[in-house]
Amino acid sequence: MDLLNLGIKSIFIENMVFAYFLGMCSFLAVSKKVSTAFGLGLAVVFVLGMTVPMNWLLNEFVLKEGALAWLGADFATIDLSFLRFIMFIAIIAAMVQLVEMTIEKFSPSLYGSLGIFLPLIAVNCAILGSSLFMAQRDYSIGEATVFGFGSGIGFFLAIVALAAIREKLKYSNVPDGLKGLGVTMFITGLMGIAFMSFMGISI
Amino acid sequence: MSTETLEAPVVKEKEALLSKRRKKFVTDPLSDDNPITVQVLGICSALAVTTQMKPTLVMALSVIFVLIFSNLIISLMRNAIPGRVRIIVQLAVVATLVTLVNEVLKAYAFDMYKTLSVFIGLIITNCIVMGRLEAFALGNKPYDSVLDGLGSGLGYSWIILTVAFFREIWGSGKVFGYPVFEAIGMENFATNGLMVSPVGAFIVLGFIIWIQRSKTGYVEH
Repeated sequence: MDLLNLGIKSIFIENMVFAYFLGMCSFLAVSKKVSTAFGLGLAVVFVLGMTVPMNWLLNEFVLKEGALAWLGADFATIDLSFLRFIMFIAIIAAMVQLVEMTIEKFSPSLYGSLGIFLPLIAVNCAILGSSLFMAQRDYSIGEATVFGFGSGIGFFLAIVALAAIREKLKYSNVPDGLKGLGVTMFITGLMGIAFMSFMGISI
Repeated sequence: MSTETLEAPVVKEKEALLSKRRKKFVTDPLSDDNPITVQVLGICSALAVTTQMKPTLVMALSVIFVLIFSNLIISLMRNAIPGRVRIIVQLAVVATLVTLVNEVLKAYAFDMYKTLSVFIGLIITNCIVMGRLEAFALGNKPYDSVLDGLGSGLGYSWIILTVAFFREIWGSGKVFGYPVFEAIGMENFATNGLMVSPVGAFIVLGFIIWIQRSKTGYVEH
């Protein structure tokens, strides 16, 4: 039950985009069409679901204070947590590369639709942010996996919803200076208010 | 990160240290080519840390530091980096600099370190840093790259400080933690909780973009 609650919390209440502003760059840049937003969203769900548990393993057995105890008593006092940023980003970049190669080999059609977005994901702050939150909040491996997928789905929902609104907005008469980024910021703000309604739910 | 990279690079041609062309590197990103409002880069951190002025200032300084030094280092190494692995090299350099900032904050400003939490780490994936490295430092001389980094950093800073100013004064009635409205005798000034929440950041930034774009006449299609 706890895991289910954590999943719901990470999708709706602590949505990566509306509560923490993570992944805003690609959220704003790749939300002009629903189909591309859908592709990027799927890729993010996939990569987040893989990298957060991977980084959990890395953090638990290498980086944390005392994590190297399995190597012998001499290593029990070593604290490598200052290497967190470099190691996490390296894992993410490597995973993205790996995922890209796997998809290319086994499903060329999916690669065709996701292909261009995959390299972009390595520098999406939602991915690194989730791993850092995971390390900061001391999740277990099960929680880390659920949190990874949940955050990914939250991002997916947000970007597809925004893309749908922006497609409709093309037919509206927006003032010149507000076109594009400006009006998108307002829409995101209003969507944020809608997502705030989930905050009242206590789970 | 050896210390010799800190020395001022020698300008070979007889160009003045701050010629017109170089001044443009610093002044352009302030308005016409602003990283946030025009290039749409680095929005994440611009919104996340801006509930108060103080953490915003620390964030701005950290980003300026990382931008200048990553631009300098990548520019010095630009001829030695193979094109295919350049993203990894850039990430490694940026991550090292951000780790430095993180450790310094942890040692000398622990409260600030707690407030900013993961957002210092997220400077690594701040699109401004990667964007400037890709677009400028890889193809330009070190000194020019430093100026470019400074310009982009300042352009980023004034936007996030403006957002933070409005969010703090309307959200909690303070500027840099100083209760302004009480000082001028308006104790019962009604603060707006929406400004402290994420929503306020989007709306304030939306207005700043609107005003700035109407002034510069930039229209997005």
